[in-house]
Amino acid sequence: MSKFKKKTNAKQEIPTSSMPDVVFMLLFFFMVTTKMRETNINVEQHMPQAVQLQTLAKKSLISYLYIGTPKKIDQFGKEPKIQANDVFIEPKGVIQWVNSEKAKLDEVDRDAITISLKVDTEAKRGLIADVETELRRANARKLLYSANKKIDR
Amino acid sequence: MARSTPEIPNASMADIAFLLLTFFLMTTTVASDKGLLVQLPPPPEALPPDTDVEIPERNLFKVQVNSFDKLLVEGEPWTASTRELTDKCKAFILNNGQDKASSDNPQKAIVSFKTDRGTSHKVFVDVLDALTAAYYEIYAQRAEVSVDRWREISSEPNADEVSKQLYDKGRGVLPNGAVEIPKNISIAEPTKIGG
Repeated sequence: MSKFKKKTNAKQEIPTSSMPDVVFMLLFFFMVTTKMRETNINVEQHMPQAVQLQTLAKKSLISYLYIGTPKKIDQFGKEPKIQANDVFIEPKGVIQWVNSEKAKLDEVDRDAITISLKVDTEAKRGLIADVETELRRANARKLLYSANKKIDR
Repeated sequence: MARSTPEIPNASMADIAFLLLTFFLMTTTVASDKGLLVQLPPPPEALPPDTDVEIPERNLFKVQVNSFDKLLVEGEPWTASTRELTDKCKAFILNNGQDKASSDNPQKAIVSFKTDRGTSHKVFVDVLDALTAAYYEIYAQRAEVSVDRWREISSEPNADEVSKQLYDKGRGVLPNGAVEIPKNISIAEPTKIGG
């Protein structure tokens, strides 16, 4: 029987003692890079797609406005609404919102504020144009129409 | 002499770490602050009342979209792709007076984009993307960089000396400070016609 005896006695197990270290490394990576979202978005957000996308280096200068159909249709209706921070606002309230956002920035940066409009694809131009007019009045004229990278083409 | 070993069992440490890892994996959102950059004009009240400048028809590239998301380019219904719209727009900007029906020079050329209040945001972004592409492709070609690189440069033109030079080269800054090919995309106030 010794003919068929295994000749090799190399270990067959993968050493798992370093697995916690690897996992911890991954864990720390995600802990450091993760950023908790501070606002709940209460409107539908299907981003349009575009190619000529640009990013801004100074993220602190960006303030977000979310526009879309409310997620709770029975409570807020089907008409697209504007969400700023955690509340729905009317186009008339945009100036006030911009001023409060500007107040959060350093004085030198106030005129460099950029508004990122996160608009649902189904929202209509009429509402967005109203917001734009108010933004012009509030002197926040740098705008970023948020979009995702177009995949095909 | 039997001694109790003062060790904490660490076999389950990996499980705990995995649990935490899964939590952070699921809550992480990759920040996507990408979008089409637009500079709005001054507020309507700030403009002097008598600024109605007559712009010759040939210097205007008119793109209109109605509430059914149908395009009208230079008065003709548009059925071709957005790529062709970009090419047509580029030809208009770089006409330099060759075609008598098209623009005199890039400085005078204005791309006018008008929508209806009922136009969807999707089509608005599509068309704005195509028109922006026309300018960025021209700039990129002049600066001899790729369009992707050009977008990076124009996002932060003052980031460093090299990008500032390329930015000025692409747009063609003249000695008096004017720009040879300004990005004249005018987004007009939407109409209220509906259909």
